[in-house]
Amino acid sequence: MRQGAGPLLRRNLIVLAILSVAYLVLTLFVTNSYYQLILTLVPVWALFGVSWNILSGYGGQLSFGHASFFGIGAYTVTLSVVYWGLSPWLGIVLGMILGGLAAIAIGMPTFRLRGHYFALSMLAYPLAILYVLQYLGFQEVSIPMHRQNPVAFMEFSEPRIYTLIAVCLLVVGVVISLVIENSRFGLALLAIRQNELAAEAAGINAREWKMRSLVVSGMMAAVAGGFYARVLVVVTPDSVFGMLVSAQAVVVTLFGGVASVWGPLIGAAILVPLAETLQAELGTYLPGIQGVVYGFAIIAIMLLSPDGLFWTIRDRWFRPKAAAPAPVPDLMPVSPPARRAIAQAGAPLLNVENLSRSFGGLKAVSEVSFSVAEGEILGIIGPNGAGKTTLFNVLNGVLSADEGSAQLAGQPMLGRKTFEVCRMGVGRTFQVVRSFPRLPVLDNVIVGAYGAGLSDRDAIASAARALHQVGLHEQSGVAAGQLTNKQLRLMELARALAGSPRLLLLDETLAGLGREECDSVLKVLARLREEGMTICIIEHTMHAMMRLADRFVVLDHGRVLATGLPRTVVEDTSVIEAYLGKKWLARQHA
Amino acid sequence: MLESRRSVTNESRPRRHLSRAGEREARASSVDLEILVENVLNAVTAGITIGCIYGLMCIGLGLIFGIMRIVNFAQGELLMLGMFASFYLVTGGKVLSFLGPYWGPFIGAICAAPLVFAGGALLHKFLISRVSGLRTAGSLDEGHFGQLIVTLGISLILQNGGQIVFGSTPVAVRTPLSSEAFLVGPVYGGATVFLNKAKLIAFFVAILVAIVLYLTLEYTRLGKALRAAADNPTAATYMGIEVDTAYRIAFGLGAGITAVAGGLMATYISFGPFVGFDYVIIMYSGVVLGGMGSILGAFWGGLTVGFVQQFSALILPPQLQNAAIFVVFLMIVLLRPQGLFGRSAERA
Repeated sequence: MRQGAGPLLRRNLIVLAILSVAYLVLTLFVTNSYYQLILTLVPVWALFGVSWNILSGYGGQLSFGHASFFGIGAYTVTLSVVYWGLSPWLGIVLGMILGGLAAIAIGMPTFRLRGHYFALSMLAYPLAILYVLQYLGFQEVSIPMHRQNPVAFMEFSEPRIYTLIAVCLLVVGVVISLVIENSRFGLALLAIRQNELAAEAAGINAREWKMRSLVVSGMMAAVAGGFYARVLVVVTPDSVFGMLVSAQAVVVTLFGGVASVWGPLIGAAILVPLAETLQAELGTYLPGIQGVVYGFAIIAIMLLSPDGLFWTIRDRWFRPKAAAPAPVPDLMPVSPPARRAIAQAGAPLLNVENLSRSFGGLKAVSEVSFSVAEGEILGIIGPNGAGKTTLFNVLNGVLSADEGSAQLAGQPMLGRKTFEVCRMGVGRTFQVVRSFPRLPVLDNVIVGAYGAGLSDRDAIASAARALHQVGLHEQSGVAAGQLTNKQLRLMELARALAGSPRLLLLDETLAGLGREECDSVLKVLARLREEGMTICIIEHTMHAMMRLADRFVVLDHGRVLATGLPRTVVEDTSVIEAYLGKKWLARQHA
Repeated sequence: MLESRRSVTNESRPRRHLSRAGEREARASSVDLEILVENVLNAVTAGITIGCIYGLMCIGLGLIFGIMRIVNFAQGELLMLGMFASFYLVTGGKVLSFLGPYWGPFIGAICAAPLVFAGGALLHKFLISRVSGLRTAGSLDEGHFGQLIVTLGISLILQNGGQIVFGSTPVAVRTPLSSEAFLVGPVYGGATVFLNKAKLIAFFVAILVAIVLYLTLEYTRLGKALRAAADNPTAATYMGIEVDTAYRIAFGLGAGITAVAGGLMATYISFGPFVGFDYVIIMYSGVVLGGMGSILGAFWGGLTVGFVQQFSALILPPQLQNAAIFVVFLMIVLLRPQGLFGRSAERA
């Protein structure tokens, strides 16, 4: 459980209990069997929306093919009753397992894609299954009655029992979703959604978390589909694998509020009765009115309140004390990490040999070798396009190397994924700050601590300490999107520090800062050095680097031009030439 | 509760079935071979004709998705609108019936273009422009999330609204040509190649339209402005191009071109309001396969997909042909997201 999540979770659970009791009381007053059916369907579609929300809302992996899982659940329940006489109670469980397996099978290839390619590919799965089922002759399958044992086969003459079961399933789904939202699972998903590369660099295994969210989501969707099939008795490929089914999950969630557990509930409670009633009243004259309503609903919501009703209403009337700094526990400067015993003074912590990386014909990094001693600050300088950032990207696994090797304390770094490099103890900041703008500063930093594999308590303590180290503890409750440039830089630094790294790779941490801001960041870095941190820093501003760095590596056109103490390097003629050009040099000598 | 009806879009083609092996002696095997040759030759010709029409269809999406980078989910519905526009011009409303059953359907297909162009431009003006172009340039995901959602909404409205307006009974643009064929052969032993006349003419019209469009985009001032605006809206603004207008025209063109392809296809398939869905994946496969950002690439991509589809008919039952397209699409995006012919490599 995340810090401060306990009371929030309790409040949400109370709301949930009240809502479900109220809903069940409402069903007692409805006698029309068609409206009773609608009351059963609202929680079913809400559950389906909740499942979609876990993958696409929290995780940001937009899926247009959630009907795959819904349909697998529905067909599993139906066919297992038809062919094996299996009780739907067990059929739903079986469908849930198959839904989870399908999620693994679908996720393995599809998570190689990002953004709209992912969304479009997800679309293809349910449609392919749909055609296969049509080919196999399962155009319309109905669940046979088992009058001798109605309860075992979920046959109730009282339709309200179906509503009760649906509400129970939904409650379980909402609780799962709430637990995810308030745990490191949810934080990892939110971080991935807002900035996948930053999450990876902070040690989060994005692929694994996405996979987990897809499996949870697929299982939940299969349960919704299985129960839906039992309620409606008849399934057709179109009614459970069709485009409208996938759209339903997207529509109810977006309409109600994306990335909030209440969103799908609000969306389903409004849209399902609306569409069903219209369909019943006007369906004979206007077939497809349901789809038209959904279409208008999502276009309107996208243009007017892109995050959905829940957030708009909350922002307008229930603005929580978001600005107030969240209480940060144990802010007492937890004793700074004991200066690591340096085994042999000056032993190289990072050793890079003969590293090369080219893009097509361009050699961005070419045969670069250097080493960084423990406790040292190495400045990497060079003109624009010298390959500095590419060098960092190769070192922390964002890019692969063509040749060469790099070792951190004797361990090979290359060939590992970004999050693995991070877990070896390499923190990284980016040239353009990559923050998670909607998360509060503390959560931004906690992401880094989780990435290092710390437990909840330790992660919070470590994040708080890191914020202290950079002097940002007073802003810990502010959303990252509201910080100034300097604060963002420091926050990113804190995120890297929260994982207690052995080596920091800082990419132009001072870029775009004014003189005074620059000085205060430099002070933070100097303090880190005193605490024994090893740092590689890319920087343009020469005067700042002269004060900070112990040693320079100068890159030009991907090659190491010079290495050495700052004073000797800046007097090196080849360095001056690279920076200022031959003419300037000639004039100096003239 | 939820129903979506789809029309039958299998392109039926005369095809003899392979007789079961080991049933007869040596003579039978030569007949088998002959049938195989005939089937392959027919798949090749059908692949070329249908492929070129798919190619035209893909050019439309290539403009919108490949160059403008707008994820348009409703492209299949624009195709459907093209089909119905042609249908109402030729068969339903009989506006063009004076042209006769031979010329009418093809002129109708071309006339569908300005109608859908206008529709596309309006869609862009009121909806798409709010989630694309300058408004979202530089945002985290370039507005793709919004585009997916808005065009999904448009797609739902057009599909289901189409059911209300057009009805759900499949219709077709009637021309006697769709049931006539040129017979070529016997080429190899007794193998005969069937060239459906409607498809053949549609093929020529598709190539003609594609060439005209290509020349317009490549060599005229308008074309250059459109490509510049679509490629980099910010830079184009600085060069004095009215990006909003250019966008609207480019989006309308993309819609109109796909609509022509729809009108041409309407001469040999029957269709309903849900037909677009079967083709939207084909279009995305073609554009991605051809490489993002290339008009010619989109055409070759569409042609390739048409080929794959027709060849899959040799081994797969007709119901699974569309499933095969989806598998091909997945393989393309997974294995070669930069496309087979594309120059610009965009990693997925």
